[in-house]
Amino acid sequence: MHVPDGFLDAPTSVGTAVVAAAGVAIALRGSRRELDDRTAPLAGLVAMFVFAAQMLNFPVGLGTSGHLLGGALAAILVGPYTATLILTVVLLVQALLFADGGITALGTNITLMGLVGVWVAWAVFVGVRAILPKRLSSLTPASFVAGLVSVPAAALAFVAFYAIGGQAPIDLTALTGAMLAWHTVIGVGEGLITALVVASVVATRPDLVHGAQPLLKQRSLTVRSPEGISA
Amino acid sequence: MSTETATEPKTRRISTRTLIISGVIVAIVLAGLISGFASSHPDGLEYVAEQLGFHSTAQDSAAATGPLADYGVSGVENARLSGGLAGIIGVAVVAVVMGGLVWLLRRSGSRQTATRATDPEA
Repeated sequence: MHVPDGFLDAPTSVGTAVVAAAGVAIALRGSRRELDDRTAPLAGLVAMFVFAAQMLNFPVGLGTSGHLLGGALAAILVGPYTATLILTVVLLVQALLFADGGITALGTNITLMGLVGVWVAWAVFVGVRAILPKRLSSLTPASFVAGLVSVPAAALAFVAFYAIGGQAPIDLTALTGAMLAWHTVIGVGEGLITALVVASVVATRPDLVHGAQPLLKQRSLTVRSPEGISA
Repeated sequence: MSTETATEPKTRRISTRTLIISGVIVAIVLAGLISGFASSHPDGLEYVAEQLGFHSTAQDSAAATGPLADYGVSGVENARLSGGLAGIIGVAVVAVVMGGLVWLLRRSGSRQTATRATDPEA
């Protein structure tokens, strides 16, 4: 859902750039608490993976495609503040080197995918994790739902921006319906990929997964045994 | 992804080093090889923009004439090679930028923690 230059008018683009800059500033402060000696290398790895996965458009029918946004995945693996920074770096590199997403639209894209996508995913993940049984296997459905919801949430944020400063006069009801429908389908793909990757890392190194930390603290004595991991 | 799960059944744990190396290989294979098989259909936003008639308001980015624009290396004729190379370059640039950012954050973060050692918030 990389927004090109020209979709939104200049004042709206300036507005989203201010929002994005404020969000990134907060993320720069918050991510320090998420990054320790063990998890810091993971941040670079997740950024590489998100960039690579965003190149992989999968078909969703009627000649349309979608790709992983990665906000849910990054937030669950390394924490939401660091995830905002990861999406920002990926979007910067895409816009400046690959002309993917506009340059005046950079603030819009960072707000949509790096703020709305990441933080909605994180809120949904924490909520689902809280109502599921306190074991590591609960992280897989929580990751799926977080990924699924994050994509239509970002799409709705785009509709809101378009309502404020879209360049063409478009029926907003039609825009909302079409954006929600397509991005819910794409969200299913987002949820599946997010759940698969999170489950893979949880199966091998749950201690490195940010979203697994509350579960690991409770079972810190058993987590290094095979029973503790498979429970 | 599958390489990350291929662990010894006895411990089901792999070293951080193994995890990072496996992950880097997965990212390079996805961006360098698998990307050539990705769908070239418009994405959800492009499709909706075309259907509702506002796609024409899109303007070429100032970066559209760059040597890596649209995930291709200019001058490389073979489309799959061009796209794969662009993907690998992108993965490398993202790794360097994110790695540098994390390094800077942790360096300044540890200095702050040291100077605010008595502050429970630090």
